[in-house]
Order: sequence, then structure tokens, then C-alpha cells
Amino acid sequence: MAEAGDFNSADEVLRLEGIGKSYNLGLPTEAEVLHGIDLALTRGDFAALVGPSGSGKSTLLNLIGLLDRPTRGRIQLLGEPTAEMSDAELTARRATTIGFVFQFHHLIPAFTALENVLMPHMLRRGRPNPEASAWARQLLTDVGLAAQIDRYPDQLSGGQQQRVAIARALAARPALLLADEPTGNLDTVTADGVFELLRRFNRTFGCAVLVVTHDPRLSARCDRVIELVDGRIVRDERHAAADN
Amino acid sequence: MWTAWMIAVRFLRDGRGQTILILFGITIGVAVIVFVTALISGLQANIIARTLGTQAHITLHAPDEVNHIAPAGDITRLTLEDPRPQRLRSINNWQHMRDLLDTDPMLDAVSPLVSGPAFAQRGNARRSVALIGMDPERYLRVIPVDRDMVAGRFQPAADKVVIGHRLATELGLRPGDRLRIDAGNGRTATVDISGIFELGVRELDERYVYMDLKQVQTLIDLPGGVTTIDLTVADIFDADAIAARIGGLTGLKSESWMETNAQLMNALAAQRLSTRMISFFVAVSVAFGIASVLSVSVVQRTRQIGILRAMGAGQRQMLLVFVLQGALLGMIGAITGSICGVLLIASFDTFGPGLFEVSVTPGLIAATMVLATTVGALAASQPARRAARLDPVTAIRNG
Repeated sequence: MAEAGDFNSADEVLRLEGIGKSYNLGLPTEAEVLHGIDLALTRGDFAALVGPSGSGKSTLLNLIGLLDRPTRGRIQLLGEPTAEMSDAELTARRATTIGFVFQFHHLIPAFTALENVLMPHMLRRGRPNPEASAWARQLLTDVGLAAQIDRYPDQLSGGQQQRVAIARALAARPALLLADEPTGNLDTVTADGVFELLRRFNRTFGCAVLVVTHDPRLSARCDRVIELVDGRIVRDERHAAADN
Repeated sequence: MWTAWMIAVRFLRDGRGQTILILFGITIGVAVIVFVTALISGLQANIIARTLGTQAHITLHAPDEVNHIAPAGDITRLTLEDPRPQRLRSINNWQHMRDLLDTDPMLDAVSPLVSGPAFAQRGNARRSVALIGMDPERYLRVIPVDRDMVAGRFQPAADKVVIGHRLATELGLRPGDRLRIDAGNGRTATVDISGIFELGVRELDERYVYMDLKQVQTLIDLPGGVTTIDLTVADIFDADAIAARIGGLTGLKSESWMETNAQLMNALAAQRLSTRMISFFVAVSVAFGIASVLSVSVVQRTRQIGILRAMGAGQRQMLLVFVLQGALLGMIGAITGSICGVLLIASFDTFGPGLFEVSVTPGLIAATMVLATTVGALAASQPARRAARLDPVTAIRNG
């Protein structure tokens, strides 16, 4: 990453420059959802992405997660520009660098908790080796599910499922963890537990966390709050979080 | 590959109801294919065995005698031509030809024989017969008459003959009795009956008289000659090609059993065609079944496919997951279907008409396995492509 540019600090995980995203390009219904987003995330960041519905939060998250490509602008992941990468390369980056936690846990019902956590590893490397299995067990123990390792998703509660999903997102030791309303369908006590977990992994692994949330209680507890309105960043401030 | 395999197996297990239903369908399809194919090939093998039990695969004769018309240059001419009668003629240099044919690896047996018409006479009863003079050791390798003896033994020798049981009944003969042979050209012989056979073909049981080669040569005025060389081949369906080759090599008139039994061959071919059609259409309907079940599965699992893609599954991996599901369904269905087919055949052999034995060859089972697995994988390719092309973002959002 020698050519990464002089403004990149060594800790920088992600940099967006002038990102725009339009849908229905060239059609009468063409609509630009994001207008020139500049954003950088560093390793220690624990940031909340807030904003009203339709402000473009999910679109932005999909772009950051390399699930989608921007119409214009540049995305650098760990100092590498992603615009020129093929779909296969993007898939590989997604697998090694980025962890996803969705609002609905999105576990694969045909696999046990442990297998779900191992899935990113298996997709990349095939049959899991003992280290990978041990690491997955460790993660499940860390999220408090040591006893539920061999249960299937439909045998777990909503909070437990979301914790499996977090363990899965962390399995590849990603540099960036993206969470889309991770506590959206959980009660407040369970939600607090899940949030704490994200917090803890942010500190122990030093992985940047970006949480999309509607919940002001949650965003208030983040180190940094980025507010998106009508496809533009209107606020990006750091503050000492309440529990920091 | 391991991962795709594991996901495929889990998906099939997860959708147990669908999987069992479609496996049931594939099983029936495969069982029908196995049963019909085995039945028809059993039937055909039986018909062919019966036909060839009393026939050489290839017979060689001296070429027909034809009129030779002298070339007359550049003029138009009218010819009135009487076709020549075909008298009994010997194959030239047959000993040499026999030795040559003995070295041909495609041939199992070579049996020169001399045959001609005669009358068999006992008291006032006369019957027309066909004298067949041959070397018993060679002849039995072509037509095993010794297995069909009803009295005495198959030991034609000088003044000892073997006759069919119909002729024996008509002339009231038993082994040890005497019989007068009149070749119609003033030559006669009085011989002993050494054995009576029953080949099950009326014509042969009524007319064939097996004798010593030399004695027949003398009786029909063909000293040292043979009229026919009978051949058997290793693969009976190669008979046509081998007959043509040997005919070309030796200049003799060669005829394979397939020519002699052209109508039978036609019937067998039509039967095989209809078996193949049945198999083909059953395979097509099985393919549609697999394709539709997997299409539904792709729709049902759209979101899961999206998640897998987001977690780093490549397009090829997703493709493989669904192709493997199709191939697995085909293979498992082929196993259960083959078992059902074998059971069906066993019950046919036990409770059926019992006219002939039907058996399943390992080759048929192997071919069915390969066919069903391939059909499964092919049928899965369309749904698999759809799964591979799913855009993870839309799949997760809309799934």
C-alpha cells in the first residue's frame, strides 16, 4: 500500500471520495440517492450512521460493503481502490475484510450455530481446520452461546440468533464490521447485550464498526455519529460516548 | 467443492418433504427404465439364442455361376439370356481357406461341410432329406446338436448317421436300425442309425441327416469337396460386417444370419427403438421434475443465497451447490430406482409367464446411474444459473 496516498493514515480502513449513486440510469425515472459522500473510517472507530428513512443509509452501507458499485466517486478499502476490481475480487475482499450483521439475523437454517459461524471460512477454504473450529467456538463462547453451539437457528431465541450472526461476522477477523439495524427487532435488554458485544469486539480486535440505527439511545453510545439526510452527510461528529 | 457439496446436502436435507417427493418420482422413472430395458433385452436375447441355436452366424458358399458375355466394343446389342442352373459345386481350395479362417481372431468356429439332397428309404416309405457331411468336432462348435439328442449319441461315422426325431417317427426308426440312402444319381448307401436329435425346428427335425464327410462326398459326386463353410463369430451383431469382410477376402458368397433373418432383425430394431423412446421420455419427465423442484428451491432460498454471496460465496460456488443437488437427486433416485427395477424383474421371473429369464446386467445399472446423474445435473443447470446470477443486495432485501 505504498501508493495509498499521503492523506491515508496507517489505521485507515475505508475511504470514500465523492461517492454518488443513481438508480435507473438513463431512464426517465433516474434518481440520484447519494450526492458526493466523503467519509473515512479508521481502525478504532465505533460509528453510528443515522438518518430518516429514505436518506440513503442502506444504499451507502451496500456500497461500503462492496455489495454494490457507486455510479461515481472512489472507494478505497485498506488503501486499495476497488473500482477496478472484478466481481470475483470484490467477493474475495468481502469475505476477508468485511463482516456483516443484518437486522434480521440471516442465519442459514440448514446449519448449526457453529457451522453458520464457520460458513465464511468454509466458503473460502473448504473443510474447516482445527484452528478455525476452535476460533469459531471461542467466538460463540464470547457471545455467551457456549451451550448452544450445535443448535439450529430455529432452536434459538431472536437475541441468540443475532449473537450468532455477530460471531459469524467476526469469524474472518474483519477490519470492518457493518451492522444494519442489528438490534432493530430485539427488546431493549437483549439489544443492550448485543450492542455491548459490538463494543467489546471493537475494542479487543480494533476493528472499525459502522452501525446503522434508528435508535437515538444507541447512537448516543457511539464514539462518532454520522447523519445522512437526503443523500448528503449533514453531521459527522465525534463525542465521548456515554459509557466510554 | 467440499463446501458446495456440504451446502447441497444440507439444502436437500432441509427441504426434506420436497426431496422425498421428487426422489419418489425419480425412483419410479428409473425403475421403469431398468425394467423395460431388461425385459426387452432379455426377450431379444432369448429370440436370438433360439434362432441361432440351429444356424451358423455366417455361411460361405461357392460363388453363383453366371453367364459371361464377351465384350463387343462400341455397338448396341440385344441379349437373350437364360440364367444358368446352380449345380452343386465345391469351394475351391477349401482346406487352405479353412486353415486361414482358423487364424481369424474374430471367428469362434469354422466348420466346412458338404450337403446335398437325397431320399431316405425304409421298406416302402421314402422321404426327401438333406445329407450333411461334416467333421463332428468342428460342427458341434457351430450347432451343438449333441445337447439336443433324444436317443443314441451324436457320432456320425462311416455307415453311421444321426437323424431328426420327425424323420425317425415317420420311418419308424430307432438307434441301431438300418436305413437306405439314395442320392438319386445311382449311388446308394445302407447305413445304421446311431442317434436321434430334436432341435425343435420342424424343417430340420424332418430333413437333416448327419453323416460322415467322405461318405456324403461320394454319394453326391463331389469327391474331396465341400459346399459350405459355417462360421460363428464372437459378437453376433458384428456378423454382417465380418461376413462382408470375409466375402471380399475369399471371393466366396457369404451370408450372415442377419441377412438370412432380415425380418427378425427389423422387428428387433423396432423393438429397441421403442424401448429407447420410452426411456427417453421417462428421462425427460424426470428432468422436468428435478428442474421444477430446484427452481422452487432457488426462489425459497433467495435470501439465503444472498447471504452466502455476501459472506464470500462466488458465483461458481452457488452454481455448483445447485448442480450438485440435481446430480445427487439423480444418483440417489437411480440407486433406489435400480433396486425397485431389480425387484420388479425378480417378481416377473417368479410370477410372470416364465417363457424366458430376464436378468439385469451390472452394465445396465451403471448406465442408468450415469444417465440419471447426468440428467439431474443438466436439469439443475437452469435453476443453478439463476441462483448464481442473483444479486446479493436485491436477494437479501427482497428474499
